[in-house]
Amino acid sequence: MSDQIILNNENMVTSKTSVSVLFAGDSGDGMQLTGTQFANTVAVYGSDLNTFPNFPSEIRAPAGTISGVSGFQLQFGSKAVYTPGAKFDVMVAMNAAALKANLKNLHHGGIILANTDGFDAKNLKLAGYGEENNPLEDGTLNDYTVFEIPVVTLTRKALVDTGLSTKNIDRCKNMFVLGTLYWLYSLPIDTTIETLKTKFKKKADVAEANIKAVKAGYNFGDETEMFSQHGRFSVDPANKKPGVYRRVTGNEASAIGLTAAAKKAGLELFLGSYPITPASEILQTLSGLKKWGVKTFQAEDEIAGVLTSIGASYGGALAATNTSGPGLALKAEGLGLAVMLEIPLVVVNVQRGGPSTGLPTKPEQSDLFISMFGRHGDAPVPIIAATSPVDCFYTAYEAAKIAVEYMTPVICLTDGYLGLSSEPMLIPAPDDLADITPKYVKERKPEDPPYLPYKRDEKGVREWAIPGTKGLEHRIGGLEKQHETGHVSHDPENHALMTKLRAEKIERVIDLVPDQTIDNGPEQGDLLVLGWGSTYGAIKIAVEQALAGGCNVAHAHLRYLNPFPKNLGEILSNYKKVLIPENNYGQLIRIIRDKYQIEPVGYSKVQGLPFNEMEIEAKITDTLKEL
Amino acid sequence: MSDTNTQLTAKDFTSSQEPKWCPGCGDHAVLQQLKNAMADLNLKTEEVVFVSGIGCSSRLPYYVATYGVHGIHGRAMAMGSGLKAARPDLSVWVATGDGDALSIGGNHYIHTIRRNLDMNIILFNNEIYGLTKGQYSPTSKVGLKTVTSPNGVVDYPMNTLALTLGSGGTFVARVLDRDGKFMREVFKRSAQHRGTSVVEIYQNCPIYNDGAFSVFTDRERKADTIVYLEQGKPLVFGKESNKGIMLDGFTPLVVDLGDSSVSKDDLWVHDENDKLKANILADFFDDPDTKEDYLPRPIGIFYVEDRFTYEDALDDQIAQLQSAGEGTLEELLSGPSTWTIN
Ligand SMILES: Cc1ncc(C[n+]2csc(CCOP(=O)(O)OP(=O)(O)O)c2C)c(N)n1
Ligand code: SF4
Repeated sequence: MSDQIILNNENMVTSKTSVSVLFAGDSGDGMQLTGTQFANTVAVYGSDLNTFPNFPSEIRAPAGTISGVSGFQLQFGSKAVYTPGAKFDVMVAMNAAALKANLKNLHHGGIILANTDGFDAKNLKLAGYGEENNPLEDGTLNDYTVFEIPVVTLTRKALVDTGLSTKNIDRCKNMFVLGTLYWLYSLPIDTTIETLKTKFKKKADVAEANIKAVKAGYNFGDETEMFSQHGRFSVDPANKKPGVYRRVTGNEASAIGLTAAAKKAGLELFLGSYPITPASEILQTLSGLKKWGVKTFQAEDEIAGVLTSIGASYGGALAATNTSGPGLALKAEGLGLAVMLEIPLVVVNVQRGGPSTGLPTKPEQSDLFISMFGRHGDAPVPIIAATSPVDCFYTAYEAAKIAVEYMTPVICLTDGYLGLSSEPMLIPAPDDLADITPKYVKERKPEDPPYLPYKRDEKGVREWAIPGTKGLEHRIGGLEKQHETGHVSHDPENHALMTKLRAEKIERVIDLVPDQTIDNGPEQGDLLVLGWGSTYGAIKIAVEQALAGGCNVAHAHLRYLNPFPKNLGEILSNYKKVLIPENNYGQLIRIIRDKYQIEPVGYSKVQGLPFNEMEIEAKITDTLKEL
Repeated sequence: MSDTNTQLTAKDFTSSQEPKWCPGCGDHAVLQQLKNAMADLNLKTEEVVFVSGIGCSSRLPYYVATYGVHGIHGRAMAMGSGLKAARPDLSVWVATGDGDALSIGGNHYIHTIRRNLDMNIILFNNEIYGLTKGQYSPTSKVGLKTVTSPNGVVDYPMNTLALTLGSGGTFVARVLDRDGKFMREVFKRSAQHRGTSVVEIYQNCPIYNDGAFSVFTDRERKADTIVYLEQGKPLVFGKESNKGIMLDGFTPLVVDLGDSSVSKDDLWVHDENDKLKANILADFFDDPDTKEDYLPRPIGIFYVEDRFTYEDALDDQIAQLQSAGEGTLEELLSGPSTWTIN
C-alpha cells in the first residue's frame, strides 16, 4: 500500500487506501453506537466498509474490567473491503481495560487515541495494571503513536453551559471522540448531526449536547498541537457501482431476504422461532416487519419453532425458522418430517462454536455435518452458505426459491461473524430479483379423477395442495407414503422407490445452481484454495496477496454445498493440490474427499475466531513449498 | 362431495382408509362422534384440518375425509398452532394421546393452552402407551403393572385437567368413550368455542390397559363414581340421584340427600364460568377403587372462558400496522436510510 502525502495549509494529509479502526471502551461507554455512526459516515461518504461488533457475553460485566470491554471494529477503504481487518490501524481506548484487552491486535506502529480520564488509579487497577504500570507512562506503548486526550474533561468543558447534569454530559464523551476521529480522517460530521437530531427528536437538549460534543471533538483536532506532527489522513471514496445503498448486518439481510422472497412469490411469510445467540436478530428484525404482513411466532422451544413453521407451510405460507447449532439439533426430527411431507421450509442457521452450548457468542462453521447428515433415514436437503453479510440476503432469497419450487426444506448457513457484521448493500430493484413460482394444485370437481398428493412433475416435485381448496382433501404424514396416492405404505419396494425419488429431487436442484467460478487466480495450476461461507473475505485477501507475491494459486468459493455445482469436480482436477480452510475440525474436506476422491489439504481454525488473511497466506506458501 | 350447500353427513367425513385400531378400542367411538359432530356443525370437508402426533390415537387424521397431517411424537399442538396462526380461516383439530400431549409434548401443551389459538384438542387418555405396546404413561395409576413397571408404577400420575386450567385453559371438558351422544354434544360445544378447547376422553385400550376406566363406565358402578356437570344444575349423582356435593368453604363434601338435614338447594350449582370452582372440580381426582370416601369423577364441561385468541391479536396488529398501507417490496429493500453513489 503506497500512502501518498499531500501538504495542505497547516496540516499534511496522508491518503490511505484502507483503514481499520477499533472503538473500545466499557460496555456503558456507547462504543457500538459510536462505531455505527462512524460506519454510517464513511458509507455515505462512499467508502466500502465492513464492520464487526464484539461485545462481552455477559450483559452487564463489572465496569472498568477487561470482561466489560465492548468493541466495534470496522474497516473502510477506497477499494473493496472484505473483512473488518485482521488487525486494526487505529484504536480508540476509552479506558485502561479497553487498551489492555485489544493492544495485541493493533498493528505495530498503529495509532492509539487514549482517553486519559479512563486511566486513573482506579481504572488501572480494574484493568489489572499494577499501580506503577500506567501503560501511557511506562514505555509499553513506545512502538505506537499515542494521542492522549482527556476526553471527559474536555467534554465537560465544552458542555458546561448546556444545563445538563454531569452524568448526562459524561454520556456525550463518545461523541467527542467521534468528532476527533472525523477530523483525523478528514470526514464530514453532518451525517452524524442529522442522525442525532432524528434519534433524539423528543429530547432536544440531549440532541443539542451530543451535537456540541461532536463539534467540540472535531474542533479539538483543529486547535490542538497534538496532531500537527503527524497530520491528518484521508481515504478516497471507493469506486463502487453507482446506485442507492443501505447498510445491513447479515442477520438483517437474512430477514429482509426472506420477506422479499415471500413478497415476490405472493406468499405470506411465517417465522416460527426461539431466541438463540447469534441468530435472534433475524426473529427480532422480522417481528418488526408486520407492515409487510410478516407473521412471527416466538415458540416455546426450537422444536415448536420448526413445527409451527411446518404447520404454516402446510397451510400455504412461506415458512421459515432461524436458529443456531444447538437449536438445529433440536429441529432435526422436524426437518425429517418436512422432508417426508415434501413441503417448503427455509431454515436459516447462524452457526456458532459448538458442541453443546460451546462458544455461544463466537462464530464457527461447524454445522455443515449436521446440516448435511443430521437427520435419521436418508433425508437430503439443499444447503446454501452465505459468503458475506449482503450475501445473507441473497442466500435467504435463493433458499426460499428452492424451497418453494422444489417443495423441500432448505438449510441456509450463515454464522455469528456474518450475522453481526455489516456492509453496504446495493439495493436491488424488485425486478432484478428472480421470480419465485409456487405450483399449486387447482380445485377439483367430484367428476375429476382423484387427487394424487405425491404425483410428481418432470423435476420430481409434487404440487402444493392448500387446505381450504375443494376436492383436494388428503392426509399426509411422516409415515412412508405410497408413490402418488400418498397413502401409508410399508411395502419394501415402495420405500426404496420413495427414498430414491426424494434423493433425486434434491439432486435436481443442481439445475438452479450456477456453475462454480474461480474467484481469483489461474483456471488451472498448482494450488486451489477452496472455501465456503464466511471465510470468503479472508481467503480472498490471502489469495490476492499470494498472487501478488508470485504464487501459483487460485481461489474458488462455494455457496452451494448440496448439491455442489455441476462443474466442481472438473475444477478440482485442474489443480495439483486443493487447500480447504474451514472454521471447524475438517468437515467440508471430508465431504469433498468422499465425493471427488481427491486428497485435499485441510486447514482448520477452531478458536471461535474468524480466519485472518495472514494465516491463510502463510498456509498457502507452506502448502506450495510441499508440492 | 358436491358443490351445492347440502348438509354433509358423518359418511361424508369418512375417508377411504379403514381404521386399523384394535377391535373394541375406544378410538372407534371417538372417531364416529367426531364425524357426527362435524356434520352437525355444518363444516365443509375442505375447511377442516386434523393434525396429530404419534400414537394409536394420532392415526385419526387418516380416517377422516378432511385435510390432515400426521406429524411427529408430541408436536401436534405446535404444528396446529403454526397452521392456525397462518390460516385463521381453517377449522383446526388436534388428535393426541396422553403420552403424546402430556409426556413428550408437555411443553407444547401448556404453551398452546396459554396462547389460546382457536383450536380443538381431542385428548385420548388411555393411561397407557398403546402404539409402543403397553408402557405406562404420565397418567397411569400408581401401582399399575406394565412392561416398564413390572413391579408397579411409582410415578405419580398427572391430573390433566388441573394442568389445563393452570395453563390458562379457556374450554376444559372431560367425556367417556362410552358416552356417545354426550361426547358428540361436548365436541360441538368445544368447536363453537373461540379459543383452544380441550376435551379429555377417558378411552379404553382393551389390549394394554383394559378396564382402566371401568370404575366410571360399568353400569353398576358409574352412578356412584361419576357426576355429570350440567350448567346451572346442582351436582347430584348416585343410583337414585340420592347423593350430592356441597361446598364447605372451598372444601367439597359428599352429602346424602336422603338425610333430612340437607336438601338440593344446599348443593353446589355448576357454573362453567367459575374458574375457582372449576379448579376444585379438577381436583376431584380420587380413585374409587382405593379410597372409600372418594369424590365422584366429574364428566362434562368444567370451564369456559371468553379470552382473545392469539391469531386474532396477531391479525389485529398486522391490520393496524397496515392501515396506512401495506409495506411494498421497494420500501422493504431500501429500509430506513440509504445513500446514493453516482
Ligand atoms: C421421538 C419419539 N419418541 C418415541 C416414540 C415412540 N412412541 C410412539 S407413540 C408413543 C406413545 C403413544 O402413547 P399415547 O400418546 O398415549 O398414544 P396411544 O398410542 O396410547 O393412543 C411413543 C412412546 C416416537 N415415535 N418418537
Ligand atoms: S393398542 Fe390400545 S389404544 Fe392402540 S388401537 Fe389397540 S386398543 Fe386402541
